[in-house]
Amino acid sequence: MKAFLILEDGNVFTGTSIGSTREVISEIVFNTSMTGYLEVLTDPSYAGQAVVMTYPLIGNYGITPDMESGRPWVDGYIVRELSRMPSNFRCEGTIQDFLKKYDIPGIAGIDTRALTKLLREKGTMNGMITTDENYNLDEIIPKLKAYTTGNVVDKVTCEEKSVLPGKGKKVALLDLGAKRNIAQSLNKRGCEVTIYPAHTTAEEILSTNPDGIMLSNGPGDPKECKEIIAEIRKLYESDTPIFAICLGHQLMALATGADTYHLKYGHRGGNHPVKDLKTNRVYISSQNHGYAVDTNTLDEKIAKPAFVNVNDGTNEGLEYVGKNIFTVQFHPEACPGPQDSAYLFDRFIEMMGGTK
Amino acid sequence: MPKNKDIKKVLVIGSGPIVIGQAAEFDYAGTQACRSLKEEGIEVVLVNSNPATIMTDKDIADEVYIEPLTAKVLEQIIIKEKPDSVLPTLGGQAGLNLGMELAESGFLEKHGVKLIGTTAETIFKAEDRQAFKDTMEKIGEPCAPSQVVHNVEDGIKFTNTIGYPVVLRPAYTLGGSGGGIAHNETELIDILSNGLRLSRVGEVLVERCIAGWKEIEYEVMRDANGNCITVCNMENIDPVGVHTGDSIVVAPSQTLGDKEYQMLRTSALNIISELNITGGCNVQYALHPETFEYCVIEVNPRVSRSSALASKATGYPIAKVAAKIALGYTLDEIKNAITGKTYASFEPMLDYCVVKIPRLPFDKFITAKRTLTTQMKATGEVMSICNNFEGALMKAIRSLEQHVDSLLSYDFSKLSDEELQEQLHVVDDRRIWVIAEALRRGVSYDKIHEITKIDKWFIDKLAILVEMEQDLKTKPLTVELLKEAKRMEFPDKVIAELTGKSEKEIHDMRYENGIVAAFKMVDTCAAEFEASTPYYYSVFGSENEAEETTPKKKVLVLGSGPIRIGQGIEFDYCSVHSTWAFAKEGWETVIVNNNPETVSTDFDIADKLYFEPLTLEDVEAIVKLEKPDGAVVQFGGQTAIKLTESLMKMGVKILGTKAEDVDAAEDRELFDEILEKTGIPRAAGGTVFTAEEAKEVAHRLGYPVLVRPSYVLGGQGMKIAYNDEEIEEFIGIINRIAQDHPILVDKYLMGKEIEVDAVCDGTDILIPGIMEHIERTGVHSGDSISVYPAPTISDEVREMLVEYTKRLAQALHVVGLINIQFIVMDEQVYVIEVNPRSSRTVPYISKVTGIPIVDLATKVIIGNTIKGMGYTPGLAPTADYIAIKMPVFSFEKLRGAEISLGPEMKSTGECLGIAKTFDEALYKAFLGAGVQLPKYKQMIMTVKDADKPEAVGVAKRFAALGYKIYATRSTAKYLQEHGVDALRVNKITQESPNVMDLILGHKIDLVIDTPTQGNGDKNRDGFLIRRNAIETGVYCITAMDTANALATSLENAQSELTLVDIATVKNI
Repeated sequence: MKAFLILEDGNVFTGTSIGSTREVISEIVFNTSMTGYLEVLTDPSYAGQAVVMTYPLIGNYGITPDMESGRPWVDGYIVRELSRMPSNFRCEGTIQDFLKKYDIPGIAGIDTRALTKLLREKGTMNGMITTDENYNLDEIIPKLKAYTTGNVVDKVTCEEKSVLPGKGKKVALLDLGAKRNIAQSLNKRGCEVTIYPAHTTAEEILSTNPDGIMLSNGPGDPKECKEIIAEIRKLYESDTPIFAICLGHQLMALATGADTYHLKYGHRGGNHPVKDLKTNRVYISSQNHGYAVDTNTLDEKIAKPAFVNVNDGTNEGLEYVGKNIFTVQFHPEACPGPQDSAYLFDRFIEMMGGTK
Repeated sequence: MPKNKDIKKVLVIGSGPIVIGQAAEFDYAGTQACRSLKEEGIEVVLVNSNPATIMTDKDIADEVYIEPLTAKVLEQIIIKEKPDSVLPTLGGQAGLNLGMELAESGFLEKHGVKLIGTTAETIFKAEDRQAFKDTMEKIGEPCAPSQVVHNVEDGIKFTNTIGYPVVLRPAYTLGGSGGGIAHNETELIDILSNGLRLSRVGEVLVERCIAGWKEIEYEVMRDANGNCITVCNMENIDPVGVHTGDSIVVAPSQTLGDKEYQMLRTSALNIISELNITGGCNVQYALHPETFEYCVIEVNPRVSRSSALASKATGYPIAKVAAKIALGYTLDEIKNAITGKTYASFEPMLDYCVVKIPRLPFDKFITAKRTLTTQMKATGEVMSICNNFEGALMKAIRSLEQHVDSLLSYDFSKLSDEELQEQLHVVDDRRIWVIAEALRRGVSYDKIHEITKIDKWFIDKLAILVEMEQDLKTKPLTVELLKEAKRMEFPDKVIAELTGKSEKEIHDMRYENGIVAAFKMVDTCAAEFEASTPYYYSVFGSENEAEETTPKKKVLVLGSGPIRIGQGIEFDYCSVHSTWAFAKEGWETVIVNNNPETVSTDFDIADKLYFEPLTLEDVEAIVKLEKPDGAVVQFGGQTAIKLTESLMKMGVKILGTKAEDVDAAEDRELFDEILEKTGIPRAAGGTVFTAEEAKEVAHRLGYPVLVRPSYVLGGQGMKIAYNDEEIEEFIGIINRIAQDHPILVDKYLMGKEIEVDAVCDGTDILIPGIMEHIERTGVHSGDSISVYPAPTISDEVREMLVEYTKRLAQALHVVGLINIQFIVMDEQVYVIEVNPRSSRTVPYISKVTGIPIVDLATKVIIGNTIKGMGYTPGLAPTADYIAIKMPVFSFEKLRGAEISLGPEMKSTGECLGIAKTFDEALYKAFLGAGVQLPKYKQMIMTVKDADKPEAVGVAKRFAALGYKIYATRSTAKYLQEHGVDALRVNKITQESPNVMDLILGHKIDLVIDTPTQGNGDKNRDGFLIRRNAIETGVYCITAMDTANALATSLENAQSELTLVDIATVKNI
């Protein structure tokens, strides 16, 4: 069946429908990873977005247990070509069936490079995936322009708290849409990880006297998370060691007076170089963010840049002055992508007074 | 870390002559690195014995030594030039070994010279078997466990600790004979006891068997600050067991999940860090297809063939960055030259798929075993880029220029089902065609996978192509079907064959429906950042993004495709120099080529690079888009010449010599007319199509005759026939492939062979130099030792050669280059062959005479005259040096290949000896070719009757050099009768100790064996002697002229060589 991707600027791509045939409006973003499509599909940070994979051959190894959450979160999926016969010893099925099962619409067979160039030049746009051949641009475009992702953290966070038992440090993980491997990276290092829903109060978390607090990644515009920001401010003041990733990093910055801004087309992929400003070492990182912390708004007495993106100079991490707090914009938990910065979890453990 | 200010002058070591396993990729890497060093204001001293390279040009390095690559020579250069550093990581294994040797001997330290790019410790840790194993163990990286055993009991004990199956490799046996894979104890005892018996030292290596695992490679970069990145990973379609150089390779990996991908990536980063490499490194892995278990197969702490491929596949210039790192820069300080905005400290992301297919030489060596093993056999490779795997594979197939353009090209349809299954077990260069046939017959993926171990994902892709063949054959050709076939890159010709339509019908249907190729950019970042580097590949069904053209005049330069015997790196040299010359004259340049190993496919050589197959259809798509003002075909070897007619039909002007004149040189009758008109003699002959006709001509001329197809390069299919039987055999071989053109049969003249390259502007000619071959006619010019200036011809003959060259160039209206081969017999000059194009000898003669031949030819093509450029027409004054070009062979890599020299070219590369005297030049040439004699001062002679009188002279010379001469019965008898103290040795078939025992005993320096014709027992014995000599590393000579030359060289051996800086050779 034919499918159409209609962008808010009026561009239309015609391809083949994959997954659900349901119509969807979403923010269109691209990811440049060559492997790890399943981790991308199941990363809660993509809630409210439809993802274009720039690598043209997707689904080669099918569906495996490598999921970053219990289900796919993308609104839509846009690929050049889906493998008709995946091959891997852990393969449990095809992407086609997976998308159908979770009722996620998608489109294949379009010129994803041309689409990516459009998004690069014009910035992230909203779009619609539809199988309706009689679409009416005059009706659709205003709708596309009006669309916002809204507060999607509520959609992806866990409903109730859960615990990954461990004999080491006690970590409270605030689930803003956490990828599974954050908890696992800590748990693998011996931590007992308690995962809290996003709207848990600071009092509740602090009352358990955790050794450290982990703020996770998550979807959407950080400024939408007003209540959470207020709670994080309290966590900041608590003197408990805190490590934050991605959305967590942005929320901590907002909670302490800095500002965030929308990037033209974001960073999504597994090849972004980030420089540790202390050592001048460069690490290749996994990234997925559309917003960044504006370093011009930082109060030097509160936070200093700790990592910078070598490509475009945007902020990639902060070190909080006089606090046991550091936060990063990229994803040390990888999955998908390079594991080079996994050492940051060790640093967190040390910060909590533990040994790795 | 900023640039290290202490580095001011660097010696760069090249890789020497092209041999199998060490080819053009090192010229590419070396050239890129030298340019990168010079960009930083570093003075570059270059040493490489290979004159056909671009890196040995004086524009690339400041001081250039085309000298033998031995430690001794390098020491002399270091003493003379006083560099502060040596960069050994760009010259392949040869360069690395030399760097190591200089470091270990303490020479570098003594002279205050540093190794940069790597350290001796790093090389040792990566290259020494035990040190490598220990290092990997230390950081927990698994290697395939192995142990050397001397008895069966130890073998069983060890195998019980690692598990079956195991590979058994006896030490010091020919080509690994006596080895095998044991799946259980019975087989182990059987193979191991046999192997222990066959091994001269009673030693067998028992190793965990990883054959059939996935073979994956990572290209990694690291700087002195410890920053690491991976440039790219690659997956071999052929599982472990086939050398990666002989495998079909895809980039990036296709069947690895992120978990496997990152597991191996992290391992590669750990390894490069532990080895403390600063620069590039290649790590090869075997990955178990059904678990996460993996083994490190090998680490190359240098740039390699794979890194050249990775550079071209991603656009990331590994050699350039490695050179900058060697100077002390860190990755985040080096700009990404493709985007101009980002830095080298990132990882390229591909939004396309790359397929590499090796170019194997079995069309040249029909007796050689086609089987692919861990010993590399490919002479070159092709690469293609597409946004789907099927398309990339199809494009790569037709880039090979081996008469293949689809999965139907090798016909296995006649095999029975049983035979086909049998054939599936054979691992050779035709395996994907066999699989395609199996898929056509409905053999299951499981069965094919079980036999071949090739991942089912790839088998499915082959099946998709086979299904498309079926659809085209059986369904009506709708626009949709045609679109889909083109998306998979089915050529029009194949679609036409399958649909029963004409190629023109398909072509027209495509254009009527807008089904045309679009071009996409290779930008290292999957379009994330804007890039301006015009490096393109074609796809169907997409938006075109090749940029608008400039108002400048535009030239299309057609490259020479994969490196193969007969068409080597020299044509890339010519293409690149021509491109540069056009650019200097203000033209916009566009290169089309498909060889990832070459300089011409580097992204900053031409204004635009199209990485595409060199076929009519592919080139037409580029022509339609670029609308060039003209095309040059005379620099790209036969590959480019073959496209001449098609280009003209597309309306592209051929710059330089006209197509009809090229034809006149190839067409027997037209050429005879020209010879008649110009009064130039040639050997009598005729043209034929069948064996019957050939015999008639041969009888008329009298045997021996020279038989060859027309329109071929490197004398392919050329033979000397002595009787009717041989005529039948040779014509049969030639006609295995349908011939559009007749076969030539000429009287064979035995004389001196002379070669001339000249530039002609339509009126005047400029001959930079005349070369003479050491071997008499009958040995292909590419396989002969060639001497400049011609040492033994008289002034009269020289004048005649110049005059004939002029007449031929004028008669053929040559504008550009012409290459002519002559025979001189009894002071009479005959023409053998005229090629109105560049030749193998152009780079070498340019360098020794200082005359930039390609540059001049290009300027002439644009409209300059020889006089106008300040040159005096005619033969240029003789240079101050004697330069001798020595062919280099790769016979030891090709089991079963016949090594005796003849009219068909067999060498893979060449080196140069340059000196003030003939004797020293000859000595250097042999030394450069790796002939480092004497060692044991023992040799074997076994020559055919006709050569016996000459053999006496040769034997006496070697005896005078202190050689003990062994000879088989009749040769020994003859030599003894003529005063040579030769020792008789038994023939192969006689009891030990016989000639074979001598060879295998490793006590022989040299075998002189001149082969008899025909297929008799004598020839079989000779074949065995020659093969065994080659495989045990004994130098083997098959022509008396070569033997005399070697004797001259040894008589003049000297320990101190006089060095010649090519960059100072005056432009005469």
